[in-house]
Amino acid sequence: MPALTFSLKDNPRLDRWLRFQDDHTVRIGTGKVELGQGVLTALAQIAAEELDLRIDQVRMMSGNSVEGPGEGYTASSWSIEHSGAAIRLVAAEVRALALARAALRLNAAPDELTVADGAFLKNGAPSGIDYWSIAGELDLSAEATGTVAPKPQSAHRFVGRSVPRLDLPAKLTGSGFLQDMVLPGMLHARTLRQPGPGAALLQLDETIIRRRSGADIGIVRLNNFVAFVGTDETAVRAAAVAATECAVWDNALNLSPEQATPDWVASQPSDDRLMGDPPPALSTDRVCARFTRPFLSHGSIAPSCAIALYRDGILTVWSHAQGMHPLRENIARTVGVSLDAVACHHVQGAGCYGHNGADDAALDAALVALALPDQPIRLMWRREEEFGYEPLSSAMTVTVHAGLDPAGRPVDWTTEIWSATHGQRPGVGGASLLAAHAMKTPPPERKPFDIPLERGGGAVRNGIPLYDIGPKRIELHLIHDVPVRTSSLRGLGATLNVFAIEGLLDDLAARVGEDPLAYRLAILSDPRARRVLEKVAAMANWSSRDAGGGGSGLGVGLARYKNSSAYAAVVAAVDVDEAVRITDVWCAVDAGLAINPDGILNQIEGNIVQAISWTLMEEVRFGPKGVATLDWDSYPVIRFSQIPEIRVELVEASEYPPLGVGECAGGPTAAAIGNAVAHALGTRIHHMPMTRDRIMTALMA
Amino acid sequence: MNECLTLNVNGQAHELDVPSTAPLLDVLRNHLGLKGSRYGCGLEQCGACMVLIDGVAAYSCSREIGTLSGCTITTVEGLGSADALHPLQQAFLDEQAGQCGYCLSGILIAAKAFLDHNPDPTRADIAAALDANLCRCGSHPRILRAVLKAAADMREKVA
Repeated sequence: MPALTFSLKDNPRLDRWLRFQDDHTVRIGTGKVELGQGVLTALAQIAAEELDLRIDQVRMMSGNSVEGPGEGYTASSWSIEHSGAAIRLVAAEVRALALARAALRLNAAPDELTVADGAFLKNGAPSGIDYWSIAGELDLSAEATGTVAPKPQSAHRFVGRSVPRLDLPAKLTGSGFLQDMVLPGMLHARTLRQPGPGAALLQLDETIIRRRSGADIGIVRLNNFVAFVGTDETAVRAAAVAATECAVWDNALNLSPEQATPDWVASQPSDDRLMGDPPPALSTDRVCARFTRPFLSHGSIAPSCAIALYRDGILTVWSHAQGMHPLRENIARTVGVSLDAVACHHVQGAGCYGHNGADDAALDAALVALALPDQPIRLMWRREEEFGYEPLSSAMTVTVHAGLDPAGRPVDWTTEIWSATHGQRPGVGGASLLAAHAMKTPPPERKPFDIPLERGGGAVRNGIPLYDIGPKRIELHLIHDVPVRTSSLRGLGATLNVFAIEGLLDDLAARVGEDPLAYRLAILSDPRARRVLEKVAAMANWSSRDAGGGGSGLGVGLARYKNSSAYAAVVAAVDVDEAVRITDVWCAVDAGLAINPDGILNQIEGNIVQAISWTLMEEVRFGPKGVATLDWDSYPVIRFSQIPEIRVELVEASEYPPLGVGECAGGPTAAAIGNAVAHALGTRIHHMPMTRDRIMTALMA
Repeated sequence: MNECLTLNVNGQAHELDVPSTAPLLDVLRNHLGLKGSRYGCGLEQCGACMVLIDGVAAYSCSREIGTLSGCTITTVEGLGSADALHPLQQAFLDEQAGQCGYCLSGILIAAKAFLDHNPDPTRADIAAALDANLCRCGSHPRILRAVLKAAADMREKVA
């Protein structure tokens, strides 16, 4: 018998998840939100499946802090595993309740009835009643029991099918985004950002700002938070630019370029933690290698935006952030009102790939709305604000240590990690929204915190290799005092951990003259991991791989995301002269039961492309005024002409539960590129990004 | 200084009374209610704001309206509608070429301008033509496939 799932325990009432609506549709609630990953389509498929509805009879209500379930943040690839599991159980239970009620009404036995497109059939013939004719007789305020088994896989009609994305038609015809929303009387707003949490505004020449804006604008000031408001978006944007130039601050953040380096981060005092098996005996032959990556930006294509309205004592916020229930709590706490006085609604924005400026922009809009009641406020960040003030993904150093047996196989493993936190979402580990630091009473100091390994881990994510090694452990050196805010970017610590682990494995294989794929298979008993590895090797024609060193390389990378979600194996083919050119990427994934195969492929392709960009070109730099990479020229990302041929295949694994998939290919892609470049050059580059300078240095050495 | 100017947008003439320095993107979005062209950087770097100006794909985020009097502008809304999709929009749907979708308006416009002059391109030609447009989700492989497909569909229509 199925048990109540994670999300259902938090939100047991059926009507938080499911309601029959008067227009003959069913409203399905979820706390998870659409970030471009296609989750609402997949969840609608699950609901339609269990309720025997058509997809177009399902209306998704996502991220609604008033009526919908609270499921925390849409993060860590949990959506299908958590929300999908809850919706599946609720839908199955409501279908059974409705069927029992219909049986009474029709004077039939429940097993004489079936459901098609929401209508009850009695022995296959129309009965004249449907869900909606009996909806009023169902008590959906009751709590879910989790006692009705969902459909067996053999009966699936929608699950496992590549249903087209529900949100794409609007986005191809010029609508569909929060940024496009207009409310009557809406005003535009932009902010002047406090340059660092301790900075105090000494002087702001409002006359200059008003003149530069070129229109009649309002200025809202709350201690060290300042916003410019008006009917003309062009004018308020100009005001914010002028203010940034003329504001005089005390104690503004001052950074040096060196502080952006992984070496600087690793040299800071750390909070040290040991996870996994006890420390090793020192007798075995030991090998180690050190890998680094810089700070990374999320680089959302749209600066963060939010709309807020304070009316009749209720603060309503429309936001593209990743969780509306957490946002409601964070805003209520920051502005000092009760939870009931804040309502947060998700509206889709651009992809965020983790914790960017979205939550902070929502507080900004809320602060302005509270100062100007009854007027909807649309607040958008400027591009340099998004690059300069969103949380960064921490620079990291990873040293992997392997103890070897006489045959050169690893028998003991330590992944040693230096990193700032990857978990600083508002409300998590004592973290706050950005503008909270500009208020009269700033939030208390955070204590050292990162996402614990049992919740997927932050810096330590995927720090434990999948291979049969014997004792395995992680030594984390968590750096607390970094001068910038760091938080979750797709993959978190997994990107560098997998890059490092898989890099050392290739080096170990080379030491004993073995093929890297054969070497891995010799120490890998997990059948699902073996299957993706063997699959990708076949896809990439791995057996044709040459001895290397000739400027062309083939490399492999493998991981199971969070050691609990989808398995991904990637092979990359590269040509290296002065720079790295990736020609082909092959990827095999085991996602368990695939709800929407094409949606999964789309996510994996995107994850691969993003990981190529991280591995080859992305790097945040610091300057005297903070983050110095404030535009797309100084923070280049991958472009169309750099896109290799990418082939992704799912291995059949529908006997297993569905697994989160959106972040599974990033680490293996970075690792495959690292190993392919090492194969091409005959020497390894241990540092991301693998830029032209680093290639030249490696070639000279 | 406000000045009265005439702009033809998606086949419709508009008399505009806005400051001559107002960016075209702000005028489209806030004065004409055409929200399909999007603000991404305001720096002519990302392409989310691309529109056709007299048939040429151009960034609209920093283009001052005063320089455009008498010009013909096409935005993504002018390509097609939900009921009558442009072959490019249809091909993007067919290939499910998009994730968050924020970059798509600009990319559709850039692709339209490109195909108008290059009806039978290779994948590499399309990639080069779209290099002024950023996509952060990594939908590039699908977008390249979709533009190739649209080109084939449009050639077939003409033939």
